[in-house]
Amino acid sequence: MRILSMVFSIMLLGLLMFGSLGLPLIGDKDSPAAEHVSPRYIEKAYKETGSPNLVTAVLADYRSYDTLGETTVIFIAGAATILILRTAAGRKNAEGGSDE
Amino acid sequence: MNELLSNIIYFLIAVLFVFGLYGMLDKRNFMKKLMAMNIMQISVIIFFLALGQKLDATLPILVHGLEGVDQYVNPLPHALMLTAIVVSLSTTGVALALLLRIQDRYEDLEEPEILRGMDK
Amino acid sequence: MNRPFGTTILDTAFRYMVPFIMVYGVYVLLHGEYSPGGGFQAGALLAIAVVLTRLVQGREAVFDMKGDTAIILAGLGTLIYAGLGVLTVIWGGNFLDYAAIPLDLHAKELRPLGILVIEVGVTICVMGVIIAIYDALTRKDDDI
Repeated sequence: MRILSMVFSIMLLGLLMFGSLGLPLIGDKDSPAAEHVSPRYIEKAYKETGSPNLVTAVLADYRSYDTLGETTVIFIAGAATILILRTAAGRKNAEGGSDE
Repeated sequence: MNELLSNIIYFLIAVLFVFGLYGMLDKRNFMKKLMAMNIMQISVIIFFLALGQKLDATLPILVHGLEGVDQYVNPLPHALMLTAIVVSLSTTGVALALLLRIQDRYEDLEEPEILRGMDK
Repeated sequence: MNRPFGTTILDTAFRYMVPFIMVYGVYVLLHGEYSPGGGFQAGALLAIAVVLTRLVQGREAVFDMKGDTAIILAGLGTLIYAGLGVLTVIWGGNFLDYAAIPLDLHAKELRPLGILVIEVGVTICVMGVIIAIYDALTRKDDDI
């Protein structure tokens, strides 16, 4: 089993390395990631949102609906943590009570 | 030279990803599986940040006297990964809570022990 | 459990560190539009102040927040965020379109204001969630 997972991992590593040969160079100004929407953010974000920090402008204004979803996700995750552990302790207390 | 350097960064990210995957496949302890999953997450985050990089560019906060698209790195991966980091934190919290529940129920986190406990 | 690591050095050092961490958290929140920062980082810093106190002083920490209070705070933060979105719809704009806030300001001043409001919501949410997770994971079974 260990041999199998090791062989699979090494094959995947080779595949990923081969695939990374086709990626743009680090620091390439004309890479596809820097072409479509990113120049618009850099040029117009201050005029449109009034925030010099472009990350804040993208996070809280252009994509604020997305951030609302993320905030809801982390709130639900926190609530789920509390609920999972509370159920555990409650059940244990109930069992202890029935034993007595 | 530049090509080689950037490929080395991608190779290192791939190595980190495969370390995480190998840990999730091979380790029997659920805590170690969770740590391996976090390593995979970090490698994906680093990959996104590496794609947003530009040569000779500064961080995406506008300052006077620096105008032009090529002067600032791409702000979009930073914004996406910022939320991804916080979401990974809270999902790790949920996973740890589930691990505590498993520990309560089966008194072990090793996979064979848990499977044996399920058969009982 | 009284002070598991209660040495003098730890007890003194964290007393000096916690106020600065909290002030830095508020600075990161309020200055997040002009320097590196924002809601998520500020929330993490504010939560770390409480978690550090709990780590040093144990369960009898003076400066403490219970997990229930923390998760209620997190819900309030999310409510601030979503409530501003609904309010902007009521005020006649799009969802989360801060230019619709009915204040006598130019749109260029209204948008940073809206960003600040939702950053406050995100800060409270992240702070509450981190404290709640820490509190739930370190809770003992018998003190619910």
